[in-house]
Amino acid sequence: MDILIYYTSWLLLLCGAFFCAVGGLGILRLPDFYSRQHAAGITDTLGAALLLIGLILQAGLSLVGIKLVMILLFLLFTSPVATHTIAQAALQSGLKPKLAEKERDG
Amino acid sequence: MSNFVDIALLAFLALVALAVTRTLNLFATVALTGIYSLLMASIFTTLDAVDVAFTEAAVGAGISTVLFLATMALTTSHEKPHHHHNWAAIMATLITGSALVYGTLDMPHFGDPQAPIHQHVAPHYIEISPNEIGVPNMVTSVLATYRGYDTLGETAVIFTACMAVLLLLQRDRRGGNRNVMAVPDADQRRGGQSMQHAMILRVFSKFFIPLIFLFGLYVQFHGDYGPGGGFQAGVIFASGFILYTLVFGLEKARQVIPPRTLQALVAFGLLLYAGTGIATLVMGGQFLEYKALAHEATHGEHLGILFIELGVGITVAAVMTTIFFTFAGRGRS
Amino acid sequence: MFVAAMIGVLITMLLALVRAVLGPTVYDRILAVNMFGTKTVLLIAVLGFLTGRPEFLDLALVYVLINFIGTIAILKFVHYGDMSHSGQETS
Repeated sequence: MDILIYYTSWLLLLCGAFFCAVGGLGILRLPDFYSRQHAAGITDTLGAALLLIGLILQAGLSLVGIKLVMILLFLLFTSPVATHTIAQAALQSGLKPKLAEKERDG
Repeated sequence: MSNFVDIALLAFLALVALAVTRTLNLFATVALTGIYSLLMASIFTTLDAVDVAFTEAAVGAGISTVLFLATMALTTSHEKPHHHHNWAAIMATLITGSALVYGTLDMPHFGDPQAPIHQHVAPHYIEISPNEIGVPNMVTSVLATYRGYDTLGETAVIFTACMAVLLLLQRDRRGGNRNVMAVPDADQRRGGQSMQHAMILRVFSKFFIPLIFLFGLYVQFHGDYGPGGGFQAGVIFASGFILYTLVFGLEKARQVIPPRTLQALVAFGLLLYAGTGIATLVMGGQFLEYKALAHEATHGEHLGILFIELGVGITVAAVMTTIFFTFAGRGRS
Repeated sequence: MFVAAMIGVLITMLLALVRAVLGPTVYDRILAVNMFGTKTVLLIAVLGFLTGRPEFLDLALVYVLINFIGTIAILKFVHYGDMSHSGQETS
């Protein structure tokens, strides 16, 4: 049982770090601001959640585990609100998303 | 391994510092300064100085960024580029820098156990603090008891800074009302769109701000056992008030905490701290000798630390909130 | 494995930093700084486990709060030009 928990948390930590790195790559390579928000969102939710759940499995049911659960909850609550507010401010100030060019007839 | 993390973080720090000096857009500079504070806090963490990292994170990345932004609302957003080099300044910087680096060559190596700071005072504190004071967090015991007079001085400095800001920057009531007139201009500039869209932020803040205060209380009273204490708790409280101001507006925030109450709290915290010292004098000990507060020495120490941390927390929270209200109340006029 | 997680988070922080320096619009920079803050939270959590000092988690909790408040402050400033605007329609 302990070995199972150990290897599961190992896997979760690696996946979390991988998704964080993927999101980081996305924030550099994606073309415009609104698509970069998707990349940042990946790191904030998927990457952070996998990483923290891996750490929670390591810590078990203790004060450390409960604090990690609280960190996870706070992150899952504040990241979407912050992302929404940033996107809304950008939209209201007139930043236009980069759309595909329409096909012109003849 | 920890060396690698240290080197990586210090390299980031150098990069960010370089970027701060070379960027002309002041807004980007403020954002980069916030990142600099976060990096410093991470470096403090790798150096095992958790209390310092705590304070650096709360003050540097939170309050300082907010105050810089409030200041930038009063001025332009671009630095003027310099086209000529100031050779005298460069030479002076190089000479002073080399002198400083030369001075550090004589110092003991980083983490050397034979260094003088590890020989005399530090082992003494580490040995006698658990028995004399009985508080697990030794940083709190040094800050509050062994160096309690210094901490009183620091709190007085924070109080003085608040007084200076109030004297220089606070407008009278009529000046404050002028800002309410400025608000429709901001709306017209943005095309008259209302911010009903901010409902998500508003609802979320109503849920989140009490949690911030609860966490501030936890940090205040848990400072004996883990990282925390008066300074950090005060800054967290102030951050809660700042978030309320940002989401609901300065007028409402001023109704929730009237500035007069804040000024009274600023003075009250410092008086609580000094008053504890006077109470120890009255009970027969020396100034700030908490042993005299109760019949048993460790109980007296705990009581004394509780009161002075409370005093520090109240003063710091009220000072940070007052400074923010004063800066935010200037606005663009 | 903590080492691998830490390296992943450090790489992400570096990439966010590059975007914060480059980002053509101001909102790119705000996004990058927000992301940097949440990665710092993860870094502190993993660092706490690596060095065996779980007291660092209090620090991570504070960063989550401070990061959020800093992002909202920057947005208020950029959007409205000052910090005292309440966002209500004034009539």
